[in-house]
Amino acid sequence: MEITVRGLWTLIHGMGFGALYLLACSGALVELHRFTTSSASPESTPGRERFLKAYLLTMVVLAWAAVLTGAYVIYPWYRAAPPPSTTDLAMFPQRLLMSSPTTIGWHSLGMEWKEHVAWFVPISITMAAFVLIRYGRDLKNHRQLRAAVLSFAVASFVAAGIAGFFGAMINKYAPVQGGHTIQLSQGEEK
Amino acid sequence: MNMPNSVASPHAPALTNGSGAAAILAAGIGSFALAVLACAGDKLAAVKNSLIFYKPTGPLSGVTTSAILIWLVSWVILEWRWRNKTVGVERIAAIALALLGLSLLLTFPPVVDLF
Repeated sequence: MEITVRGLWTLIHGMGFGALYLLACSGALVELHRFTTSSASPESTPGRERFLKAYLLTMVVLAWAAVLTGAYVIYPWYRAAPPPSTTDLAMFPQRLLMSSPTTIGWHSLGMEWKEHVAWFVPISITMAAFVLIRYGRDLKNHRQLRAAVLSFAVASFVAAGIAGFFGAMINKYAPVQGGHTIQLSQGEEK
Repeated sequence: MNMPNSVASPHAPALTNGSGAAAILAAGIGSFALAVLACAGDKLAAVKNSLIFYKPTGPLSGVTTSAILIWLVSWVILEWRWRNKTVGVERIAAIALALLGLSLLLTFPPVVDLF
């Protein structure tokens, strides 16, 4: 069992940062809603407040890590131009997708949208985390701020979903490959 | 959009809404800047070339770096102006959400192709 360095980075970007962000999103939306709407109860303790702040800060880190590794580590491999007269495009995912009418849409729609829409995620969740940290439980008294923060958090979930879906599909049809090979385990013949 | 600071009462918010409104509007401005730059880079070769800050990533590097700078600068300015004020947050949030909605539309390739 082995994996290439580029494959490993793609895994870290997509399954590590991106998928973890998406998993965290539903929990964050529910917690944000409960925390900012429920009246003072045993649930809204300072400990719970600290937990939600730490949870959102973790999401901020995940979101920035996902877009930065995507744009500056994986995307250059994805869009690399092949030397003239290259016939095997396996190492050039963008060109591989564009070489066939059945796959070109994954680039012209999927990647073109994903590469931009993904950046709304860290912007939105950074704002949401800042507002929650600044206001804490006082956010209950600011209905309109609360509604706007929740709307941006939902938008970040949608944008992350779009980016994640297209990322997974693009990697299915034209995976980023190459670099050193890392041996994960030695296979045994049965 | 500014309104007088609210007088504290037992049920009044402890903090004014200006700081939150500044963060929300700045997020909308940053998102919209990103969408406009992406759209302009896609349509105009001169803009596209000027947005190549890091060659391996291409124009995406300039689009995102510029948008993040616009977002942060607008946030700092708005925070500085509204930090201790009570502002008309309903209107500000509506503008921010409209900017975010437009941004989502403007990054959708079939919409970009209309221009």
